Amino acid sequence: MRRLRKIEKREIVESKNPEARKQNFRIWFFPISRLPNVLLVFSCASIFLIHSCSAAADVAIGSKKFTESYVLGEIAKRALNDAGIPAEHRQGMGGTIILWEALRGGQIDVYPEYTGTIAQEILKSDHGLSLKQIRESLAKAGVGMTQPLGFNNTYALVMGRGEAQRLGVRTISDLRKYPNLKLGLTHEFLDRQDGWRPLRERYALPQQNVIGIDHALGYSALANGSIDVKDAYSTDAKIEQNDLVVLEDDLQFFPKYEAVFLFRSSIQPDAIAVLRRLAGTLDEKRMIRLNAEAERTKNYTRAANLYFEPGATSKKALGESFPQKLARWTLRHLELAGFSLLLSVIVGIPLGIVASRGGAIGHTILGFTGAVQTIPSLALLALLVPLPFFGISVRTAIAALFLYGLLPIVRNTASGLQDIPRALRESAVALGLSPIARLWQIYLPLASRSILSGIKTSAVINIGTATLAALIGAGGLGEPILSGLNLNDHVTILEGAIPAALLALLVQGLFDLLDRVLIPKGLRI
Amino acid sequence: MSALVRLTEVSKRYGDTIALHPTSLLIERGTTTVLIGPSGCGKSTLLRLIIRLIEPDSGSIDFDGDPITADNIDSRRHQIGYVIQEGGLFPHLTARANVILMARHLKEPQEEIRNRLLELCDLTRFPQNLLARYPGELSGGQRQRVSLMRALMLSPELLLLDEPLAALDPLVRASLQTDLKDIFGRLGQTVLFVTHDLAEAIYFSDEVVLMNGGRIVQKGSITDLRKKPADPFVSEFINAQRGIASV
Repeated sequence: MRRLRKIEKREIVESKNPEARKQNFRIWFFPISRLPNVLLVFSCASIFLIHSCSAAADVAIGSKKFTESYVLGEIAKRALNDAGIPAEHRQGMGGTIILWEALRGGQIDVYPEYTGTIAQEILKSDHGLSLKQIRESLAKAGVGMTQPLGFNNTYALVMGRGEAQRLGVRTISDLRKYPNLKLGLTHEFLDRQDGWRPLRERYALPQQNVIGIDHALGYSALANGSIDVKDAYSTDAKIEQNDLVVLEDDLQFFPKYEAVFLFRSSIQPDAIAVLRRLAGTLDEKRMIRLNAEAERTKNYTRAANLYFEPGATSKKALGESFPQKLARWTLRHLELAGFSLLLSVIVGIPLGIVASRGGAIGHTILGFTGAVQTIPSLALLALLVPLPFFGISVRTAIAALFLYGLLPIVRNTASGLQDIPRALRESAVALGLSPIARLWQIYLPLASRSILSGIKTSAVINIGTATLAALIGAGGLGEPILSGLNLNDHVTILEGAIPAALLALLVQGLFDLLDRVLIPKGLRI
Repeated sequence: MSALVRLTEVSKRYGDTIALHPTSLLIERGTTTVLIGPSGCGKSTLLRLIIRLIEPDSGSIDFDGDPITADNIDSRRHQIGYVIQEGGLFPHLTARANVILMARHLKEPQEEIRNRLLELCDLTRFPQNLLARYPGELSGGQRQRVSLMRALMLSPELLLLDEPLAALDPLVRASLQTDLKDIFGRLGQTVLFVTHDLAEAIYFSDEVVLMNGGRIVQKGSITDLRKKPADPFVSEFINAQRGIASV
């Protein structure tokens, strides 16, 4: 029997419907991308800034794209920082395979994982592995694992507390006594080979009244009594929020998904010791509370701080203030968009000059840059991630943005040059100017309006697309947008979307100024 | 004294279209040679071949006794001034920058450049206070004066004018014709002038070169062309412009 793959399932739920998510991006960024703007000035500044962003902390922590993983990542960061070890947290980098590859590739040093996922997804084992076996297999890959943190995030059946107490139901076996209970299960749990059917068999559950219901709707159904029992993740924050109880899996049907930290064995021993000390300190109840805090306050740092100061009220403002976060996001956003734009300009204009001469090479250049543009931005990021030099990094984001920004610049440079009237072209030749002088003194200035408008278009694309960089943990204003999407919280989304829009307006103003400086006066009469 | 430019059996074709049949022509120093003929007769092609904007398919062109080749063309171009109908001024440069572009490129002394510029303003009767303007801020006639200054900046041995006055209105045109003829005379300039206007041709030169269908049809004075036409086309061309030519 295949075992439940529950954490992965959660990841799927979290990231489900990529189309909807993409649309969300479009909704927020469509207006921005219509605004012409410029990053040339910023791109120069970013050369300096890029150094600051590459000055990595001693330990890089990664996390997967769901609340609990974010919170665990923050806990590890604070624990390391408290021990005097500089650590950074790259939030929500993706799913299991991305994190695992990033860990092995050295882009990150630590990330939270679950034993069931390690056994099935990473070690590809079909039979239950003991912790010892897992640890030994990981060691071969140069990866260490802490002892379990203390909670098991697996599938569970939940009931309303009042109802459970009234009936005296404490374990799943207890359900056998109440064949009339109504079960509302997620469609995936119902359909899975290792879901409802084997569970019913194992426990010999008699209930006939079983319906499929959406996960979120199921909680409402439970609250108004339409159903009595539903499936959930054992550390789901909704369990506490809805005053539910988890029925004990007394026959141990569900596999263990115990949370641990994976780390590279080569990191400093102090850091490993700090991580090891976290083992056994987080039980389900506590994790549920931290998850609930994270979802309530939309602040993972604050939720993680609750772990360290259990008594602290969540009202107390902890972690970065909003202006600090905003400054960090904006700065990174400018680095991403600006640096990639600078590269696009440096590479794009010469390519455009070559392309303007036509011929096989010219067509190849335009064909290639055009083809890059047709790759969806998410797919381009995904394609770059597995390549050796790239992986999960700012580098990858910049490379993708650079490729995106290339086409408008190449095309506009080429067409700007081709559109120079023949009389002017020939006048430059007839005067006896050298080819280089013709290009610099005559052709490029004459094409400047077209070239600049290509750069503007690229800047627009880059500012919009740079929000996607958050998907691979490269930060920027996409970070709050992504968090907001995960938390289904519009305010957090706006914290990223509004500054991005304002940024675009500001940059537009700068580009208009730049037009006046860079386009020769004679061409503006 | 040998001719400044000697074309020997020069021809040019574009695909199936023959732009210029094998043609020979001498351009003597200090003279104004006028090429005249209808559109597409090959007169502009001949000019463009001399300045090497296009490569001849056959034949050779000698300049000052030496053949013009791809290797020496750039230095030859510095000795040839070229003015076209729309002026060919660079719109992103001021009138002054247009005129001194080449001199600056060749790193001539600032002082010399300035003096030459003022000299040319006098010669072409172009107001100095307009030198800071861009071509877009000048009238058609003023633009052609700037274009002429640019062509004369390096004191070229040969001046090629490709219908330089065709786009101007009649009054401006007449005044420029007078000035041009005066300038050529004062400089003793060797000029090859292309026009489709017979009156203009006669005004600039006693002898005209009439072209048609990529060939030189007849060379001579207007009287020759009228009295002894080489073929029916000559009479036809002259009669078509009779009203003006008889003035």
